Amino acid sequence: MNLAIRDIRHSIPRFLLTAVGIGMLLMIVMGMSGIYRGLIEDALLLVDKIGADLWIVQHDTRGPFAEISRIPLKMEDRILAVPGIKSSRAFVSHTIQEERNDKPLRIVVQGLSWPQDKGEWIPMTNGRCLASAHFEMIADKSLGFRLGEKIYLGKNVYTVVGLTRNMVGQGGDGIAFFTVRDAIAIQFDNSGEAVRLERDARRSRAIQQDIGNSRPELLDRSSLPNIPALAGPMISAVIVQTEQGADIEKVAKTISGWKDVSVHTAENQRNLLLDGSVDKARRQIGLFRALLVVISAIIMSLILYTLTLDKIHDIAMLKLIGARNSVILGLIIQQAIILGGLGYILAFYFGRWIFPHFPRRVIITTNDLIGLAVIVLAISVLSSLLGIWKAMSVQPNEVLS
Amino acid sequence: MTTEIAIEVSHISKIYGSGNTEVKAMSDISLTISKGEVVGLLGPSGAGKSTLLTAIGLINPPTSGQIIIGTVLVMDGPLEMVDIREFRRKHIGYVFQKANLIPFLTALENVQIALEINDVHHKEARKRAIELFEYLGIEERKDSLPHQLSGGQQQRVAVARALANKPGLILADEPTAALDSFRGRQVMELFQKVAHEQGAGVLVVTHDHRSLDVFDRTFEMEDGTLN
Repeated sequence: MNLAIRDIRHSIPRFLLTAVGIGMLLMIVMGMSGIYRGLIEDALLLVDKIGADLWIVQHDTRGPFAEISRIPLKMEDRILAVPGIKSSRAFVSHTIQEERNDKPLRIVVQGLSWPQDKGEWIPMTNGRCLASAHFEMIADKSLGFRLGEKIYLGKNVYTVVGLTRNMVGQGGDGIAFFTVRDAIAIQFDNSGEAVRLERDARRSRAIQQDIGNSRPELLDRSSLPNIPALAGPMISAVIVQTEQGADIEKVAKTISGWKDVSVHTAENQRNLLLDGSVDKARRQIGLFRALLVVISAIIMSLILYTLTLDKIHDIAMLKLIGARNSVILGLIIQQAIILGGLGYILAFYFGRWIFPHFPRRVIITTNDLIGLAVIVLAISVLSSLLGIWKAMSVQPNEVLS
Repeated sequence: MTTEIAIEVSHISKIYGSGNTEVKAMSDISLTISKGEVVGLLGPSGAGKSTLLTAIGLINPPTSGQIIIGTVLVMDGPLEMVDIREFRRKHIGYVFQKANLIPFLTALENVQIALEINDVHHKEARKRAIELFEYLGIEERKDSLPHQLSGGQQQRVAVARALANKPGLILADEPTAALDSFRGRQVMELFQKVAHEQGAGVLVVTHDHRSLDVFDRTFEMEDGTLN
């Protein structure tokens, strides 16, 4: 006869309510784990999806994710000249904030190196890749854009030609993919007034220099529109794929010899992200999760201890009529495991229902679920120790009291 | 009644505390109960009746003296000579003032559990429990939970549980105290029936002088001694 089941059957509402409470607690533990995983996945998403062998960034920086990197666009062509390079693509990525329905909308603007890269590697749910050098975009669903919708960004209108899911930047903001030229245009959306002011500033600078006085024609030319007032736009990085069989380290060493750039491997980029920009958030969530596990264990201990106290007279009676300790241990441990197991199942279903409504991705992996199941099992057994200790210390003669 | 001994208690004493706080709850008590015999233990509150009963029931060991159940020396002073819990399980049945039924088990399961913890197979335990319910006339209440039973019915279930493993000795401590006179009488007659038909020795601690006729013998206890 299973005493644990019969005791539960006798007080189903109370037991279910307790299980719901534990389930919600475990859901938070599960959620913290999912947020932790989501944070890492979001941070590494682009590095992993782009599939670059090498990242060429501004000299002595750890860009483009961990810190700002600025290199000239022509670097894309310079890199191609290095033996062993199969392809090089400009990488432009920055976050803009727009207003949509009177609410701020943050967009990670990601440049695709048209025409080599039309976005074929992007996992799309609807629509198509870029088919034009300008004014098309692929947007993540989290941005709330519809396929075919026209979006005003900077001075231009862009048509949403494709939709993706779960393509977000390390801050959790949805990514929109444009051609590099469009991405730069959105980033450096300078007004006409800014251009005019820069031309005037250039003239002022020339006047202050000897060359301006000795060659007055320069002053006349400084305001001509065919000389750009502002310097050409910079890109964040160049992403490189090496040829099959090429020695990546050798290629990296060659490019590292240049004084104006630094080279990072894909693995390097991952480490820079994990050890740098997301490290503190990662550790904070990790510690919070550990704290929640401890709190869950304490709460479960107290619940199981209370459940045992409620049965102390019955346990004394069982001892009096000669029940072995295993019978009493079984009663407490089985209840603890049933409670933990039911709490875990409820946590899973609560989570499936609630987590998709979270603003950032909550990623629950199978490994995390298995890990948490083991933790719940351990908590259940450990937290029943207090109740077991109480049950073992009960004397049969307590039946008489 | 047979002459076979259910229990033999020899010169047992129980002392609580020591020095100035020493209290002698029982002093040099000897007693023998045969199988099939119903023995009443009477006496005022604080006389030591329950102390004697719990000592005999292997719940509260004596300070000195010997307890022999059947032919086995079980307690030699405070020393346990056998596995006490196993001995209780196999050889002693208990009935108390309160039925002490396990509230989350049905009446039948309360009896079944006593059998199952004595390694009786689930099906066999159920069969035996139903037989006991029929024997005690409460078979129609077998699926009721304890709180759905009257005091008398609960006490009958407690008797059924005490009988479940066919013990040689049944100990009852004020089993009728919580019952009206009619139901109290029924329970006392039940003990008589069990003792005579099943051959168990029964020791009943009681204040109830209305049922003295069911006892084969009675003892009076006062100030820790047996008269």
